[in-house]
Order: sequence, then structure tokens, then C-alpha cells
Amino acid sequence: MSRVADSKESPMDVTPILEVRDFHKAFGGLVAINRLSFKANQGEILAIIGPNGAGKTTLFNMINRFQPASGGEILFEGKSIKELSPARVAAVGIARTFQILQLFSNMSVVENVMVGRHLRSKGGMLATGLRMPFTRREERNMFDAAMGKLTMMDLKKEAFSSPLSLPYGRQKTLEIARALATEPKLLLLDEPAGGLSTQEIEQLAQLIKRIRDGGITILLVEHRMELVMGIADRVIVLNYGSKIGEGTPAEIQSNEEVINAYLGVEF
Amino acid sequence: MENVKRTRYASLALFMIIVIVIPFVVKSPYLITIGIFIGLYALISLGLSLLMGYAGQVSMGQSAFYGIGAYVSAILTMKCGVNPWLAMILAALFSTFMAGLLGMVVLRLEGHLLAVATLALCIVFYTIFAQWKSMTGGVDGMPGIPKLSIGGFTLTRDVHYYYLIWAFLTVILIFSFNVVDSRVGRALRSIHHFQGGSEMAAKSLGISPMKYKIQVFMLSAAYAGIAGSLYVHWLSLVTPSSFGFLTSIYPLIIVSLGGQGSLWGAIIGAAVFFIVAEAFRALVPILKPGTSGEYEILAWGLMIILVMQFLPRGLVSIPDILRGKGKTKG
Amino acid sequence: MSIYDQLLQFLIAGISIGSIYAVMGLGFMIVYSVTRVINFAQGEFAMLGGMLSTVFYAKGLPLSFSILCAVLITSAFGMFLHRTVIYPIRTAPVFTLVLATFGASIAIRGISLIIWGTDFRILPPFSKLGAMHLAGAMINIQAVWVIGTTLLMAIVLFLFFEYTVPGKAFRASSINALGASLMGIKTERMGAIAFGLAAGLGALAGAVVTPMMTTSSEIGLGLAIKGFISAIIGGLNRIEGIIVGGLALGILEAFGAGLIHSGFKDVIPLLIFLVVLNFRRGGLLGDPEAGKI
Repeated sequence: MSRVADSKESPMDVTPILEVRDFHKAFGGLVAINRLSFKANQGEILAIIGPNGAGKTTLFNMINRFQPASGGEILFEGKSIKELSPARVAAVGIARTFQILQLFSNMSVVENVMVGRHLRSKGGMLATGLRMPFTRREERNMFDAAMGKLTMMDLKKEAFSSPLSLPYGRQKTLEIARALATEPKLLLLDEPAGGLSTQEIEQLAQLIKRIRDGGITILLVEHRMELVMGIADRVIVLNYGSKIGEGTPAEIQSNEEVINAYLGVEF
Repeated sequence: MENVKRTRYASLALFMIIVIVIPFVVKSPYLITIGIFIGLYALISLGLSLLMGYAGQVSMGQSAFYGIGAYVSAILTMKCGVNPWLAMILAALFSTFMAGLLGMVVLRLEGHLLAVATLALCIVFYTIFAQWKSMTGGVDGMPGIPKLSIGGFTLTRDVHYYYLIWAFLTVILIFSFNVVDSRVGRALRSIHHFQGGSEMAAKSLGISPMKYKIQVFMLSAAYAGIAGSLYVHWLSLVTPSSFGFLTSIYPLIIVSLGGQGSLWGAIIGAAVFFIVAEAFRALVPILKPGTSGEYEILAWGLMIILVMQFLPRGLVSIPDILRGKGKTKG
Repeated sequence: MSIYDQLLQFLIAGISIGSIYAVMGLGFMIVYSVTRVINFAQGEFAMLGGMLSTVFYAKGLPLSFSILCAVLITSAFGMFLHRTVIYPIRTAPVFTLVLATFGASIAIRGISLIIWGTDFRILPPFSKLGAMHLAGAMINIQAVWVIGTTLLMAIVLFLFFEYTVPGKAFRASSINALGASLMGIKTERMGAIAFGLAAGLGALAGAVVTPMMTTSSEIGLGLAIKGFISAIIGGLNRIEGIIVGGLALGILEAFGAGLIHSGFKDVIPLLIFLVVLNFRRGGLLGDPEAGKI
């Protein structure tokens, strides 16, 4: 009997959802990202790890286009996004959370998520000012969609509270809910486990798996190895802006170069 | 949510009642004039409140758009014989259009630089109004601007313009409330860190901060332009001195007093602004006869200092403070 | 007067008023560097310097003594301003602080209007010579006083920041307030000193230019804006840049007003400002990061 080839073993057959080629970023003389290339496949959870200063958040900032790359190419669903503005990047289907929480403290919890529905609505200043019927419908839809996301994250009760009144772990969940409200194809999570307890990390892991099962590809930058090793399909290891390892969690754990880079860090 | 709506409707109803009743209670024509100025400046400041409170942008350029609205109305009605109402629409559109153009340049700046850049707008336009004699009549301005009429009825008395201006203000106020409660309002609130937003997060959600800053800038210019039109039809005269440097500062004072981002704040701020000024002007000559100049700015200056020290969120934050909500994010 | 003479007159006038703008700009820099606040009352310090000098002189005090008193009083007032308006809200966002200084500036102007009205006041020229010949044209001697005093102030300031302990403490506070305070430098006192210094310098500038251009209650805001623009051209942190900015502003203004039309006098500095900012956030000579507040 012939074995059907695992789709992960022939990535060339399917266009990767995200492809980074020869990515390069230099700040003056300091090279932050050094000729980095990798692919993210549709529906996988890809983790990017590395010691501090390895360039992980810089990488995210460049995928998001908060910062321009000094060189290289970046393709989303086969099309270059290298020249897009951050808002356009969000519009094509890439959402993101932040290492340092960026919640809107001047809005309630549900309103935060409703901002996530911005891309899925279109009432402009004139239309909303005149309260045209379609804007009223849109507003209701946005509210319902936002409440839906909150319910999924078990935040429904706090919908009308201030985000600052939530415990830290729940705030992080809120930020994920907001990002999900954009209905992205690719979700970038920047250290989602930072500051969480072991139990919260376990819940986070379940949440991320659920998101992936819903069809969203996840790119994860993380320090907490429990999360990475538990849920990642593949792992990429960066050190000083260069890729020093790529493979399944098991493969990475036995990679000598990776272990050396992390000298002293518990896996 | 429903409570907010009910308070909103109640406030609006109360507001309209007060506005309608005032001319019956207050007989002095001088005070009606004050009422007109409060209305005009509330209109000018309403847009600025949105600009400052939501988009986090300071602007001393409102007087420029006030002036553009005024002069375009004057020129169209006097030199081109255009119907005054049509002229008003065109004036507001032109004001908005100019704001769009200038906004693209100026709104790339932040903080103090933005403030001075918008001040530059004020002074540049003042210079245009004062020096372009053939178009604007120069320093002497243009007298004889036609009055407005509705149906067959021509508005001639101050009281007519008082009601007209406050009617416009009410409609624009409701429009503004609608914008603020919508996705646009949320987008505006999201883009400036100073107000509790986050530009990074907004961008990552598909919101382009620059686009919204320009839109709010244009909206405030529209409000100011309409105010300018109403002003010159009331006064039947337009002179550059009404759109000078100090005029650009009044809305800033009003919004700071009332509360940035607060729509009621713009109206309350305007009322307090003019009433205190009048009270001051009545009082000071008693203590020191023969005082000249615009010395009521002392009252404004002290008010600003006190508000910044004790009520940085403006007068509208008083109910919150009394209820014990105190200071939230700064 | 030949064209040459006219141009020279414009140049001298421009340099004179430009020096005042430069001093205003330096005042902004001093306060900003320590407190991160743009002090809009800076222009009023110049106004007070001029006005108080005329008041004392009119009471019969000798000229130099009048000016000295005016400068000292304004300097003390500057410190008072810091203590009452700035210090109590020093933790508030910068915007609130700047609005507070703006409130202070119009309050000062208002008080001046009430006490002294809108009249223009003047001081006699500092030397009896009146005018002198220079390269074939008549130069107002007071201009020399203005330029000379400004230069002196700039040099003293430079030496102060570079070579004295308090001056270096100043710069330390501006670069890193927390670090400086950990080293024992009291940043609150630095704030008061900054205000006092900026006020004193502003007052002196205001006094020295009064014989040439008169003084009145209302000159403050205009000076503040032009001073601020000069400061921006210098990136808010470079003395040389601010001086160049102020002089350039003054010269262009003088030529613009003289050659084109006096109505354009106020527009020119602002147009320059817009142009400069469009190309370089940090001004022509300053720090590119200074544009971010």
C-alpha cells in the first residue's frame, strides 16, 4: 500500500500563506535581521523563538509593516506586501497582538472588540452623522459580532467594563478577541504568554488551538517554552537575526546549535 | 446603553428649551448679541473639540476656516449674485476642501509643531483677507452683505439670527453625536495615545490614522465655515479683523475650558467664555476707570490655569468628579 | 537714500530684531530642556522687561538701574510662575502644561493691559551718539546695543552650559531627568532656575530693544511665536542653531516687509516655518528626534 504524502512534507505543492525571502533589516550598522527566509503554511501554528535580542519582534514589526525592511521580499498568499501600509496589511488579512498590551483604555471591553470590526464595516462620517439606516444595521451587526467573540473568550460578563478593570491575563485575551474580530487569515501573536501563570498558559494553548482549528494560521513569537513545545507544529529559531534552526519541536530540542544559543535556558 | 440615550435626549430637550426661552426672558439686545456670539463660537469650537479630544490634534487654524466661510459667502453673494443659502453651502464646501488639502500637509506634525503650523494657517489667511484688496476689500472689508431669507421672510433682527444660529448648532450637535457614537467615533478614539488610544493597535486593525485626522480636520472646517457664513449674513459686513490671531485662540480656550472631546463642553465652554468676559468687562472699569484693550483675557488666562490645575478634563468633568469618579487616565 | 543704504538698513533692522527672536528662542530652549514644556509666556517676559524698565525710568530711576530692576523682578516672576503654574501639575501630560503656560501668557498680558493699557512706551537710546556711519550708511546705535547684548547673553549661556557645574547639571537634567536626580541634582529646583533664567534673559532682550521698537502690553505673543519658530529651526537644543534661526527669521522679515509689503511681515516667519518643517523635523541644525514631543 502506498502512503499518501503528508501535505506538510511537500510544501511546494501548496502556496504558503506567508513567505519571507532574504529578509534583511539593519539599523545603521546594526543588523537586526540577517537574510532570513522561511515559509508559513496555511493552517499551521508556526513558532518563532530565540534568545532576547534575536530580532523576533522586529520581524513581526516588519511583517506588519510598522517598519520597512532594508531588503528582501515578503509574500502573503503569493502576493507581495512589501510596500503596503500597516492598515492595508490588516485589510488583506493579517492581524496581530502586541507584546506590550495596546488596548484602548478610553473604550469599554466590547467597544475595543468592535473596533476590530472596522474593516468589516463601511459607514463613513457623513453616513453615520446622518444616521442612515445601513449604518444603524451595521452598528448592530458589529455589536453582535463583538459580543460573539467575547462569549467565545468567556469575557461576555465584562463587556461594558473598562479594559483596565480586567486582570492581566484576561486583558491579553481581550486583545486576541479584538484581533480575531477582523476575521484574519493569519494571526501574529507577540509573546501572548508573557506574564501568565502556568494555568493561564494552558488555557491560552487551548485557545490558540481552537483558533487554528477555525482555519486561521498562527505565527507565534514566544519565550515560554511550555506554550511553544505544546502547540507548535513547527518552530523556527533565531539568533542574532539569523535562522539557526527549523523543524518540529522535537527536532529543535535536540539541535546542538540551538541548545548552545540558549545556554542555560530550560526547555 | 439605554440610559445614555435617555440622558442624551433629555439634555437635548432641556438645551432646546433653554435656547428658545432665553430671548423671552432676556430683553437686552446686547445680551442677544452675546447669545449670537456664543452660538457662533460654540459651532467653531465643536469641531475643534472633536479634533482635540478624539484625534488628539491641536489646531489654531479654526479662524482661518471661519474666515474662508465668511469671505466666500460674502464674495459669492455680493460679486456673483449667488443665492445666500447656496453660497453658504459652497462656502462650507470650499472651507472643507481647503482643510483637506492643508490637512495633508499640516497633520503630519504633532504637538507644538502642529499648533504653530495651524497658527501659520490662521495668519496666512488673515494676510490674504487683508491684502487681497480686489477680492476681499482689504482691511476695510466688504459692507452690505445681503440678509438671509426663508420663504418670503427676510431675517433682519438680531433675534432672528440668534434662533437661526442656534438651530444650526442643534442640528450639527446631533450630527456630531451620531458620528461620535459610530464606528467613526471609535476609530477616532483609537488613534491617539494621549486620549487612551494606540496608534499601533489602530493601524493593525485597518484604521489609517492620517485618513481620520484629515477627516475630522475637514469636519471642523465645515462647521467653522458654516459659522462664518452665518456671521457675515447677520452682520452684513466682513472685515479681516474678525479672523485674526486672537480669534484663532478663542476656540482653543473654549475647548480647554469645556473639556476636550466633549460636545456639550464646547457649548458650555463658549457660554462661560463670553459670560465671564462680559462680567469682567463690566467689573474692571469700576475698579480702574479708563482701562483699554482686551483685558478680559486676564479672566480667560486665570480660568485656563485653574482648569488645568483642578479640572484638566474641563468643566464637563465636574459631574463625574462630584460622583467620585475622579481622575482616570491622564 | 541709495538702494544700498536701504538694503543695509533692512539688514541691520533684521539682525536687531532677529537677535531678539534668537534670545526668545534660547529662553524656550532653556525651559524645554529641563521641563519638556514649551513656555508660551516667554514672550511676556520680554514685554515685562521693556514695560517695567519704562515704568521705573519714568519714576526717575537711572536707566541702567531701571533695567536691572526690571530684569531681576521679571526673573523672580518667572520662578514664581514655575512654582504656581507648572510645578503643581508637573506630572500632567505635556499638553496640559503647555496650555497652562498659554493661560499664564494671556493672563500676564491681561494684567499689563489693565495696569498700563494699550499705550506704547519707550526708553531713551542707551548712548548719546544716536547714529553712526558704517560703510556709507547710517546705523542706529541702539542696534549695536541690541546685537551686542544678545551676543553677550549667548556667549555667557554657552559658557554656563559647557563649563560650570550648575550649567552641566542643567544639561544633565535635560538629557536624563531620572538619572540626574539620582545623582543628587534637584530637578524641581532646576525647573525654577530654568524659568528664572529664561525670564531674565527675555526681560533683558525686551528692555534693550525698547528704544528701537517701543514696547507695549501686546508685543508678547508675537515675540513668543517668532521665538518659538527660531527655537524649532535650531531643533530646540542647539544654541548656534537657534541663533541662526532667529537671525534668519529677522532678516527675512525685514527684507520682506521692506521690499514687498509691510502687511506680509507676520506671514514670512510662518511660511519659513512650514517650509522648514516639511523638510526636516528637527530644524535645519538640530536633532532630528526633536520633532517628536
